[in-house]
Amino acid sequence: MSADVEHWNPDMELLGREDLEALQLERLRKTLQRCTSSPFYQAWFRSADFDPRKVGSLADMSNLPCMDKDTLRDGDPTRFLTVPLDDIVRMHSSSGTTGQATVTFHTAADIEAWAELVARCMYMTGVRRTDVFQNMMGYGLFTGGLGFHYAAERIGAMVIPAGSGNSRRQIQLMRDFHTTVVHIIPSYALYLLEVFGELGLDPRTGTDLRIAFIGAEPHTEALRQRIEETYGVDAYNSYGLTEMCGPGVAFECPAKQGMHVWEDSFLVEVLDPVTLELVEEGEEGELVFTTLNREGMPLLRYRTHDLASVHPGECSCGRVHRRISRIKGRSDDMFIIKGVNVFPMQVERVLLEALGVGSNYRIVLDTVGSMDEMRVLVEVAGELWRGEVRELNRLRRKITEELRQEVLVTPLVELVEPGSLPAGEGKAVRVVDKREHARGD
Amino acid sequence: MANQVNVFAQNQPGRLERLTEVLLEEGINIRAITISGADEYGVIKLLVDDPRKAFEALQREGFSAFMKEVIALVMDDQPGGLHRICRVLGESGVNVEDAYGFVFQDRKTAILVVEVENVSAAGEILGSKGLEFLSDDELYSL
Ligand SMILES: [Zn+2]
Repeated sequence: MSADVEHWNPDMELLGREDLEALQLERLRKTLQRCTSSPFYQAWFRSADFDPRKVGSLADMSNLPCMDKDTLRDGDPTRFLTVPLDDIVRMHSSSGTTGQATVTFHTAADIEAWAELVARCMYMTGVRRTDVFQNMMGYGLFTGGLGFHYAAERIGAMVIPAGSGNSRRQIQLMRDFHTTVVHIIPSYALYLLEVFGELGLDPRTGTDLRIAFIGAEPHTEALRQRIEETYGVDAYNSYGLTEMCGPGVAFECPAKQGMHVWEDSFLVEVLDPVTLELVEEGEEGELVFTTLNREGMPLLRYRTHDLASVHPGECSCGRVHRRISRIKGRSDDMFIIKGVNVFPMQVERVLLEALGVGSNYRIVLDTVGSMDEMRVLVEVAGELWRGEVRELNRLRRKITEELRQEVLVTPLVELVEPGSLPAGEGKAVRVVDKREHARGD
Repeated sequence: MANQVNVFAQNQPGRLERLTEVLLEEGINIRAITISGADEYGVIKLLVDDPRKAFEALQREGFSAFMKEVIALVMDDQPGGLHRICRVLGESGVNVEDAYGFVFQDRKTAILVVEVENVSAAGEILGSKGLEFLSDDELYSL
């Protein structure tokens, strides 16, 4: 790799459109070839009457049905592998601690390629080997932590693997080690501002911060600007998902006019979530990705359920990799809070287990102060208790704890009277998102 | 033994009003009412002349209600009356979960309502110690 002043990987970043699409086709065909050794894809191709050897253009992929999280969850995740399991060196998982989680497997080359992509992203925004990078994301199964960690080391910056939480220590680390770049959940950035205030500090003068990566949670343009002003940084939005690799799928360049999807590594389609037909250029639809540079577990036409649009025209930075807008919402009912994907189904299962009977419930997402909060309202039916406040308190504690273990976010559980919540009108009404930054810009 | 109706209620304006409205519509007379609560919700405890009817009406109206046996002890109408009962309860090793007292309109009779885990066992012990307690009918006829 030979970085120039502005590009980590000028060969890939500065490809012309034609060359880029030729590379995409070449890599797509290689990927399809790999897939023929996976038990899942063998059956998938057969049932769709799809001959991977006959793909002669990118558009031919529309003959293959889309897959999504349910496809991944439906059975043994190793059946997607195109390599022996021994060649797998890492797994990641999207969320949840039980059956609902989706698993992604990586070979050593996959991990390399992922770190390379995120390095490209970080370098694009100005991160250099002289920087000190404080990674304030959860490490572990969640990809946000390790994804950036490896990339920053690859660039040669010093990494402080701070992880999430412990606000005062975060600030102490920033000051002691002269942190210049942070990776932080946007709502946490706002919260941390209050802690700076309590300590009598102003991040603009009390730290050396200059760049903030604010991903893992939907946020508005207004929130980005507020973070930029109050911290005195350039804040960059990013997009990624565990199934593709994690962060590094799409990233903002210094123009901050949409996020460049690295099309040498991902084939992106924007589809109407109902008809699954391509939408008109620039129109909103569901992002569907095909991995082009993945060994262990390639994914073909993977529905993200994330709604966004592609910005028309070329970016002033000179990269032809197409840019996507902020995520405008979800085409299903999954939601993201504090960087964690949560499915209403997970909540439902916990309630069923905790209460022994099905109960009407509702999930309300709200912004309280500067933090996202998840409230779970549960109707208390007559059979759930024997008439004492004490029991109700115990019930509430139990539900809170079990939900925390399941979704990894501590919810505020409220017990409400029977009939006070709208009765089962389908999944959509189970979640009410009142967050200020819940929907795009 | 007497029966009490426990009702789960959120702390929201109008809930108590709705509850008493239901009882009024059923022609139910409330002897005593207490509210014990956490912050956002609580339990309303009702001593009424027809607990079964009240319980059914409240359930029908969508309240989360529970019928609970309690011990309604008659207190001596003189200083030390409550103390005497409490002493007996303590000596008998009866674990009181909740209790509240009220005085009838004639201001001559005071009642201490006691919730315990095992009502019939506790009733036997307290009866053997000479404490007097009332049934639903007796409560109502007072
Ligand atoms: Zn650009």
